[in-house]
Amino acid sequence: MLITVELNGKNVCAEVEADTLLIDFVRDHGCYSVKRGCETSNCGLCTVFLEDKPVLSCSVLAVRADGKKVTTLEGMQEEAEQFGAFIADQGAEQCGFCNPGFVMNALALFRENPEPGEEEIKEYLAGNLCRCSGYEGQLRGILAFLEWRKKEGRS
Amino acid sequence: MITIRNYKKAESLEEAWRLNQQKSNRIIGGMLWLKMGKGTVQTAIDLSGLSLDQIEETEGEIRIGCMVSLRQLELHAGLDAYTGGAMKEALRHIVGVQFRNLATAGGSIFGRFGFSDVLTMFLAMDSYVELYKGGIVPMREFAGGGFDRDVLVRILVRKLPASFHYSSVRNTRTDFPVLTCAAVRFDTETGSDHRFAIGARPGRAIVIEDGDGILSGGFTAHESREEQACAFGEYAAAHVPAGSNMRGSAGYRKHLVKVLTQRAVLQIGGAAGC
Repeated sequence: MLITVELNGKNVCAEVEADTLLIDFVRDHGCYSVKRGCETSNCGLCTVFLEDKPVLSCSVLAVRADGKKVTTLEGMQEEAEQFGAFIADQGAEQCGFCNPGFVMNALALFRENPEPGEEEIKEYLAGNLCRCSGYEGQLRGILAFLEWRKKEGRS
Repeated sequence: MITIRNYKKAESLEEAWRLNQQKSNRIIGGMLWLKMGKGTVQTAIDLSGLSLDQIEETEGEIRIGCMVSLRQLELHAGLDAYTGGAMKEALRHIVGVQFRNLATAGGSIFGRFGFSDVLTMFLAMDSYVELYKGGIVPMREFAGGGFDRDVLVRILVRKLPASFHYSSVRNTRTDFPVLTCAAVRFDTETGSDHRFAIGARPGRAIVIEDGDGILSGGFTAHESREEQACAFGEYAAAHVPAGSNMRGSAGYRKHLVKVLTQRAVLQIGGAAGC
């Protein structure tokens, strides 16, 4: 099947199988930040934006993205670098494998709720699993980023 | 992962229904559960082009298209107001936001999964499913029925005056629940009716009503609201069948039925909300 997807701002036309998953489609087109973790739609590693909403790309058929806008971390470099620096400052993650999915969903949270409280952060990011951080460093990084943004008047 | 040979975005409900009569074809909702199965689907039937991803609210009813996502249900102001936050509570523990942006209301109800928070919540409400061929069927009847090849088009909720409460127990955040409990007190002209739905028993959610009139009797038969809640908890535990699985034993679930229904009674109140 021939589909056209607006991937990170560029139209990509490609032939896909009926059961090609969006994760494989975006990786085939160079978006290697998107990773497969659990295979059970639980871990959040494969998070991308589909029409600006965070979704698990491991669970979406590529054909369902036909005619739609898909954004991966590669398409959000500036925002991601800015936020990611606060996570790095905390030494929050050891292996970093979950980081792209975590950053994508955190950015989705900030768009939806510019000034979330601690419980709102935990609830929104509950679907992003990390097996080495213990989450405390990530939470500190998020709170530090939000504080910085508030001071800068960017929220 | 299942293998899908063909994909068809249905252009009408009739086309979706016709394709779905072939056993090797499947309607895909959010595809989250379906994806984890094995086997081959000849044609995956997608309903996402039929404008069924809307929630319509009128004075007396809420109509939920089958392709509405769980996240839409969670964020819908009308459902939140009508259920006093219970709808949101039923949904917010399900995996994560990215999952709930994909999982559909129709898929969750049609699957009639034992673990379903969604089915538990809708069973407590005065709700119905609209089937393409089967017409409008009460949720309770649908939940107890078998699988057929019809198409679930919408979920309908009658907005009767009511108070809701929802709670679930999970061994760990975002996991399947060990037990779910939705409770409602419908306020009628003559008094109030109570309905409780218990799910993740681990079987499909079922409805339990105040068969012994413990709650409709108000304070007359019981010294206090706490005593009334306690008596109903015992009644519920005795009448809800429970089983064991890796998340909890039947005995533990029976205990949870008692505790969660007791707490629910205290939240929604007994007769006339006392």
